[in-house]
Amino acid sequence: MKKRYFIEKFFYILLLISTLVVIAFVLGIIFYLIIKGSSALSWEFISQSPKAGMREGGIFPVILGTLYLIIGTLIFSMPIGILSAIYLNEYARKTKLTRIIRLSIVNMSGVPSVVYGLFGLGFFVLFLKFGRSILAGSLTLAFLILPVIITATEEALKSVPDSYRHASLALGATKWQTIIKVTLPQSLPGIITGALIGIGRAAGETAPIIFTVAAFSQPNLPNSIFSQVMALPYHLYVLATQITDVPEDMQWGTALVLLILILFFAIIGTIFRTRSRLRRIN
Amino acid sequence: MRNFRKKFRQFKKFLITKLVFLSGILSIIVLGLILAFLVYNSIKFFTTYPFFEFLTGTKWSPTVLEKFGFIPLLTGSLLITFGAIIIAIPLGIGSAIYIGELAPRAVRETIKPIIEVLATIPSVVIGFIGIKVMAPIIKNVFNLNIGLTALAGSIMLAFMSLPTIISISEDAINAVPNKFRNASIALGATKWETTIKTVIPAASSGIFAATMLGLGRVVGETMTVLMITGNSPRIVFSWLQPVRTITATIAAEMGETVQGGLHFSALFAIGLILFTITFLINLTADRFINRIKNI
Repeated sequence: MKKRYFIEKFFYILLLISTLVVIAFVLGIIFYLIIKGSSALSWEFISQSPKAGMREGGIFPVILGTLYLIIGTLIFSMPIGILSAIYLNEYARKTKLTRIIRLSIVNMSGVPSVVYGLFGLGFFVLFLKFGRSILAGSLTLAFLILPVIITATEEALKSVPDSYRHASLALGATKWQTIIKVTLPQSLPGIITGALIGIGRAAGETAPIIFTVAAFSQPNLPNSIFSQVMALPYHLYVLATQITDVPEDMQWGTALVLLILILFFAIIGTIFRTRSRLRRIN
Repeated sequence: MRNFRKKFRQFKKFLITKLVFLSGILSIIVLGLILAFLVYNSIKFFTTYPFFEFLTGTKWSPTVLEKFGFIPLLTGSLLITFGAIIIAIPLGIGSAIYIGELAPRAVRETIKPIIEVLATIPSVVIGFIGIKVMAPIIKNVFNLNIGLTALAGSIMLAFMSLPTIISISEDAINAVPNKFRNASIALGATKWETTIKTVIPAASSGIFAATMLGLGRVVGETMTVLMITGNSPRIVFSWLQPVRTITATIAAEMGETVQGGLHFSALFAIGLILFTITFLINLTADRFINRIKNI
């Protein structure tokens, strides 16, 4: 009898240890980056252009490039992602086609990011002749985060009670008017959550932008959607592996800026999600 | 006039319905486009380079020898994936059981967001930490010349697959009805015996799906392996040697290829293989994930 409880204790400790290992890994990375990177963070670092072959100066054009990519990605992914979710939740019936669409969305999110990079290179850069540009990079990232946008929007639409739709229809509104004026505004927090998660993903991806937009070095600021830009994740890759004698500070600082940017979006996203969940419960 | 407005409204409705439908099937179109462009760009390679030599070739040396042997990349990917999964399964399932069955509510609500944060950390940052922290540790522990090895890749990738494995396994564990647990406890089983003999078997298909999805993530991961596995496309069977995966090969070499050339086309060809592998993994996972809802 005692042995059984001893075994129980033993395995509970193992389970606890495995959880602690995971937690320690996450917190370890974050705190280590903060400790190592914070000494590099300064106003000069985020407001100046790289100098001396990216070994000195700041990363202003790099941050700006990532922001341009985020905006471009949202412009392309939000409208079609939201429309796609509207189709799935408001129009689609339970047919074989709907099942295939859902399966495609799941599979889209499982496609490796480097394959999106190849696709962007083959389709946007070469076939549509956009060249390596903000346009090509944003479109590639937009396709990459589309599953995130669709899933989050659909969940948000689902949480709007049917009584709202019935009330609107009973007042004489058309189906489309109901969607635009009632259903969508009600699901806005959920949609914003999806957008923020998508941004976090797009801002951190490297493989899809290497062949479609990212510039090794581009000290001038971009002047059109056909310009190449530098971007934070690719810049970190370059600093860490492609050039020699980069001061450690520059590397850790770039990594920390990227992490802060992404955690910023993730945290706002979580806040919005908690709020929309609370509202659903009430 | 009235007739015109009615016509206009009808036309608008027609247009909206079509547009919404088109967006709805967009995911199918995108998958189709990805496949089409991978095939389109790899045709040159498959038609000019002997297929058998590609599949069985033991040398990947695109510029010097113009040899495109797939075996070194395959063994590199398999070695890293296998190592990562061996590390990730006990950690992932262990954590999922802890979070799902044991942790008090307050603890659970603190742990879950932390694990979600792990999923948002970009792979290039994980790779960077791998270079700066993991590789030196491995170098010292195993007394190697260089720490950038398959083992470094496996360890980092294992952690990257954990958010997927933990969250879906935990969903599966939560989906097991409480009457299962109560029945087992009533029969005199301890809580641990209940977990291991009742809950886990009932949640097994979900846990399997979780592992498959984690596997998909590991196979497709690019930047981390590119940065920390040493970039050496040779056939090795040791975790303490540098290797090169399929994904890293694409990312590392695409920049130096001639557009439309054989090397360019070869990278699309291995991209097509990668796409097929992850597609099959995801399809399998999807089959099992649907069973979570049907317990």
